[in-house]
Amino acid sequence: MSTRQFGARVQRNEDARLITGRGRFVDDLPLDGVLHGAFARSAVARGRITHLDTTAARALPGVHRVYTHADLGELDVTMPLLIPHPCIGHPRTQYPLAHEDVYHVGQAIAFVVADDRYIAEDAARLIEIDYDILPVEVDPAKAALDGAPLVHEDVPNNIAAHLVQVSGDPDAAFAAADHVTRIQVRVDRSTAAPMECLSTAARWDAVSGELTVWDGTQAPIGLRGALSSLFDLDEDKVRVVAPDVGGGFGPKIVFPYSNEILVPFAAKDLRRPVKWVEDRSENFVHMTHERTQIHDIELAATSDGVVLGLRDTFLHDTGSFIPYGIAVAQVASTQIAGPYRIPAIHVTFDCVYTPTVPVTPYRGCGRPQANFAIERAMDQLAAELGIDRFEIRRRNFIAPDEFPYTRPDLVFADGLPVTLDSGRYDDALAALEKALDLDAIRAEQEQARAEGRLLGLGLSFYVEGTGLGPYEGAKIRLHPITGKAYVNTGLTAQGQGHETAWAQIVADQIGVRPEDVIVVEGDTGVFDWGVATFASRAAVVSGNAVHVAAVSARARIAQAAANMLEADPDDIELENGRAFVRGTSSRGVTLAEVATMSNPLRYAFNKAAQTATQFAPTARSTGKPLPDGERPGIEVSEYYSPPHATWAYGVHAALVEVDPVTCDIDVKRYVCVHDCGNMINPMIVEGQVAGGVAQGMGGAFYEKLEYDENGVLRNASFMDFLVPYATEVPHIEMIHMETPSPLNPLGIKGVGEAGTIPVGQVIASAVEDALSPLGAPPVRQVPLSPSAIHDLLREARVSA
Amino acid sequence: MKPPCYEYVAPDTLAGALRVRAECEDSVVLAGGQSLVPTLNFRLANPDTVIDLRRVAELATVDTRDGMIRVGAMTRQRTLERNEAAFARNPLIRETMEYIAHPVIRSRGTIGGSVAHADPASELPCLLVLLDGELTARSSRGERTIPAADFFEFVFTTALEPEELLVEVAFPVLEPGEGWAFREFARRHGDFAVAGAGATLLLDDAGRIARARLAACGVATTPVRLRAAEEALRGAEPGTEAFRAAGELARDAVTTVDDTAASADYRRHLLSGLVNDVLTRAAARARGPR
Repeated sequence: MSTRQFGARVQRNEDARLITGRGRFVDDLPLDGVLHGAFARSAVARGRITHLDTTAARALPGVHRVYTHADLGELDVTMPLLIPHPCIGHPRTQYPLAHEDVYHVGQAIAFVVADDRYIAEDAARLIEIDYDILPVEVDPAKAALDGAPLVHEDVPNNIAAHLVQVSGDPDAAFAAADHVTRIQVRVDRSTAAPMECLSTAARWDAVSGELTVWDGTQAPIGLRGALSSLFDLDEDKVRVVAPDVGGGFGPKIVFPYSNEILVPFAAKDLRRPVKWVEDRSENFVHMTHERTQIHDIELAATSDGVVLGLRDTFLHDTGSFIPYGIAVAQVASTQIAGPYRIPAIHVTFDCVYTPTVPVTPYRGCGRPQANFAIERAMDQLAAELGIDRFEIRRRNFIAPDEFPYTRPDLVFADGLPVTLDSGRYDDALAALEKALDLDAIRAEQEQARAEGRLLGLGLSFYVEGTGLGPYEGAKIRLHPITGKAYVNTGLTAQGQGHETAWAQIVADQIGVRPEDVIVVEGDTGVFDWGVATFASRAAVVSGNAVHVAAVSARARIAQAAANMLEADPDDIELENGRAFVRGTSSRGVTLAEVATMSNPLRYAFNKAAQTATQFAPTARSTGKPLPDGERPGIEVSEYYSPPHATWAYGVHAALVEVDPVTCDIDVKRYVCVHDCGNMINPMIVEGQVAGGVAQGMGGAFYEKLEYDENGVLRNASFMDFLVPYATEVPHIEMIHMETPSPLNPLGIKGVGEAGTIPVGQVIASAVEDALSPLGAPPVRQVPLSPSAIHDLLREARVSA
Repeated sequence: MKPPCYEYVAPDTLAGALRVRAECEDSVVLAGGQSLVPTLNFRLANPDTVIDLRRVAELATVDTRDGMIRVGAMTRQRTLERNEAAFARNPLIRETMEYIAHPVIRSRGTIGGSVAHADPASELPCLLVLLDGELTARSSRGERTIPAADFFEFVFTTALEPEELLVEVAFPVLEPGEGWAFREFARRHGDFAVAGAGATLLLDDAGRIARARLAACGVATTPVRLRAAEEALRGAEPGTEAFRAAGELARDAVTTVDDTAASADYRRHLLSGLVNDVLTRAAARARGPR
């Protein structure tokens, strides 16, 4: 048997291309005669346009057209609400280009198309726009109060959606409790800041009547559907291609953005290819944001620290529109009980409109906020009951034999009740304690405190529902010339390593090297069944679809090879790109020969093809060349649909030291135990976890989009909005556990978002522990900037 | 984020650069580009002409004679940082320059470019103010020398006249036995300083402080000398008590208001701690009485 590729640290097929500058991103596409676009965007948060004049812009040499909403005809409609939900009482989505009203700084008002981007930007600045400026309230808590300025005049209290979910009997649980702890926590607004901002290029082929759109999206099939509808074209006449995409993290799942409408529209209108690449300044005020939530959470517990019930009421800032529905709030609400048994839950949320960039999922999607709320509350409960923070968690874990564990009436993002499929939470915590060497850390902490140093330990346990349906598919085709396998799915990758992971799965079944499996995704012209890349679902859903297809391909290859070798298909082995009868590896056929022979030919277009023509010695002498029910070649398409989400989990801890002078936090150790089921490629998993932790560090230390009282974003640049550099991310000690999911053939759970989820709480918990000897107040929000740490230290001094 | 249209000239000589500077009413000087290029791309500046000084070799010099380290304005930061003669005469320069962004940026950035840009968070202006350095400006009408104390007027604003170019920056050498230290705090490696402080310390024969010099960046509209703290240190016994007190006196130098990087209150706390720290380290490096 050849070495199993599933589970191996296989070097990534895509890396040579990506790290030597040979990636092809939208901006790299050489489109003949391409024109360049630029948007004029709203300078005010909430306003009414009183004057809009494009005369000077249109007159600038090199400008081809300037579009406003009045030019868009049938496209001048509000964008789709992608995920409708009955609780959205006041759904609002935006127009491709603003009408009279603007709702946030950065909203697109006009689109210029010019010979180059320089001229397009010059022209955009020549567009005259005057506004009546309307009052705004950017704080979601204040925006929901009576009398607050309204984002949409007809939406009372700015409440877009309101949902109450009750699981079990929370009233009884609270009545029975020995102790109730209450806490309010807040997580701030951030942005995914992908390396490649949004990007769209389009070409209209007037001969064939086809529209081709290259787009830095996570959802080419979805975008194709939206564009077909909007442009009233058959789906076959619209091809959406996501070439290499420089990071997604969620905001690129949203569609269509203004550019995804205006660029194809202009290409069709002007009969010239058009390209638009978002710059960083635009990205801050255009691409969707996430994170602001304010949770009021209560835990009802016994004096032993067993949590009987949970109540959580939270506000979710959805920005000026709600194009992706309640996804973020819903995911937060369904993960609020974390890994704990907590049999009674009452969770309520309001999605609040604020005159800011719309909010949609960003890596973590509500889970970092929910994790922060439940884990901060667990820390507080532990402190109030005098129970160790590790121990109180242990007392509440769902035990391995309690799975599947359903939270009745708590409905997850796939429309199904929360059902955690499997896990060994206690083992994970034990693995963490062992890796930390808790006794040594406590001794070190005691020593540090004696020296007046502020050393603290924090932890966070998280769960993550991953691998949402409805389904994904895969097509595998064996190439008759090269013998290589070609794999297509309906997904697209933004750096996750699909070209390697899928190759490993296929390689195991058909006996080829992973580098001989060619994965092509993100092109509706190649494969157009499926959904998209999001919610830590690709490995679970597409990975299993690829597996099912590979098993099917293997069966077809074995059958064809058995015919050629006059053997039983069950005796056929596949290895090193060859098929042979078990025990006789020297006698066999190559996969290229199998692919060739399984496609009856008339013309010998090359030497190999001779063997499949009608007069070849091996040709069938009787019956149809292609028997009834058979298909030519080795080509299969299969699909996989998960019964419900798979639940990954993990626990992170950090040992930090707070510098009382700089108020900086030094992460001395960061330990992470995680379990995403069976790993396709541990190296890729480690990259995902480490990248997630880095992004989580951003949320814990730096990332806070600061809107001023006028709704202007104060830090809309990488000078003022900080993301962690590699130098700011500590070494991460990683411990893998593999508890296979019982839900899918490969036993996989998702890992894409895992690393991001617990970091805010880990750091908050550690800082709180570090400052506890000074009597500092508890940590209730992230990010923890030096100024925030300074405030905590000052309050400690005042109260001392 | 594309710059507006402008004329680009790259003269080979200082005389040529001065001529263009005199002729163009609305020109900016490109001397590295770390700040100017983003300024153009953000369209915060919209000049008619960009004068690139990279070909003016006569401005890329380091001369360490006569108690001054004279540095041509187009000397790359990395060049001065690595200059051993300068290091031998004033090691504080190297220690300070290591805080400027990252090595890649220092390889491109110039001494004159940073100084003339006059960002109040910058290290080199702070160092010049600390050391009582001198700046030489030249125009087609002549040359003049400006003390560092008079050069930095406001955020991004200097005493340079519109037609003048900064041609040389002079750092005084340290006295024999003079202690020195610089430290700043930025939220990430290489970022703009939230605050920074530099110190020199000269002891008298009795081991008391004969002269303390202190300056800070990132806390006001210009780099500032911390005169009150300096005064209090004169004649004092170097040590924890004096340095802590000096740190306290430094707090009032913070005049910036709350911004996205830091609250004013935190900046005061930070500066106080940094001053204490640089004094402590400068004292450890100062040579005591023989």
